Amino acid sequence: MKPRSDYERSLWRRLVRFVDGETPEDAELYAELRKSGKGRQKNADSGAEQFPEQEDKREKHRRLERAHEREAASMLERYRNWPKEHGIRIFGRLYAVAAVMLCLIIIVTLLVTVSYLPEFGQPDNPNNNEVVERYNAHGLEETGATNAVAGMILDYRAFDTLGESHVLFIAACCVMILLRLDDTKDRKRAEEENDRLYEPKNDKILQLAAKILVPVIILFGIFVILNGHLSPGGGFSGGAIIGAGLILYVNAFGFEKAGRIMNRKNYAVISVAPLLFYAVAKSYSFYTGANHLESGIPKGIPGAILSGGLILPLNICVGIVVACTMYHFYTLFRKGGM
Amino acid sequence: MEILEYILLSLLVVCAVSVALSKNLLTSIVIFMSYSVIMSVIWMILESPDLAITEAAVGAGVTSVLFYITLKKIHAMKGEEDDEAEE
Repeated sequence: MKPRSDYERSLWRRLVRFVDGETPEDAELYAELRKSGKGRQKNADSGAEQFPEQEDKREKHRRLERAHEREAASMLERYRNWPKEHGIRIFGRLYAVAAVMLCLIIIVTLLVTVSYLPEFGQPDNPNNNEVVERYNAHGLEETGATNAVAGMILDYRAFDTLGESHVLFIAACCVMILLRLDDTKDRKRAEEENDRLYEPKNDKILQLAAKILVPVIILFGIFVILNGHLSPGGGFSGGAIIGAGLILYVNAFGFEKAGRIMNRKNYAVISVAPLLFYAVAKSYSFYTGANHLESGIPKGIPGAILSGGLILPLNICVGIVVACTMYHFYTLFRKGGM
Repeated sequence: MEILEYILLSLLVVCAVSVALSKNLLTSIVIFMSYSVIMSVIWMILESPDLAITEAAVGAGVTSVLFYITLKKIHAMKGEEDDEAEE
């Protein structure tokens, strides 16, 4: 391919220059004007030396010329600034129009697509297929969970949930890589990052509210986790609730008090052990022929707290992982480490 | 019930637009929180309480807290400059 020599004159380059606030004629004209101005001044100087008797006339002439030059310069300045002031505005308007058009096109496309979807909740919709029938008809006896959703995500499709827990764990690891501070090298930086130094450490209102609310929140989270197979909720939502409660506790009482339980060593054990247990439990079911329904644990009576086979322990695992991850996110964002 | 659904859905649109248009980042986060809360009520109406609990806990709770910390870290909260000037 031959390199282009007329890049400076190409349409794209001119457009870029226009957007940047200069035009091709602009630079040439400016250079020319400056050259001619200098040349004239030089001529005038040499003339004055040659003919000292005509200096008066020349002085007058020169003053006039200077005034002209100044006028030309101001005009040039205005000419130069025109694209800077108006070009960007024009470009901005074009940009806004293009953005609105694109937005409208996308909105119309999505709305048209949605209008072709079948109506919500109709019996002959395509999502009412044999899978739903199976779940509805045999879900309770096969999984032992009265909450059909828990039976689905932790029994029929437990492998997906294993992947989700690992996604959370990997996300926590990535945030740790990005935000964690080394405690030996960066002690000074850690002190700067630790913004609790400048806060009221004994906020009475917050502490009283936390004292009342935190036990209730954490207890509710535990309830949601343990009742995951009986009532709405489960590992993920319960874990998120417990995580929120821990965050409130840390906000009120500081990292020192929370660090007695949730330090880095405990975090590693607490979050890895449930994941390992989950992985082992689910791998075992694959070992027995990828049949998720044979866990070896008796199903129990549907509706009792000890029922549903593996669902309850798996719910607890997921809940612990999620709670630890939420809390860990918070500490990493806040001060770069537990 | 249908009227309530329509009100909630229109509130969703209003929230989504005002998050984008709000000049103050802190206000944006609060509106984002309210978006999550409205969404969780809609999940309840659509008979999926599991999702409603998760949406309320994660969307309105943890995510907003993380947003707050981020705003604090990048000194984007309003009034932050005044505090530093006083010190």
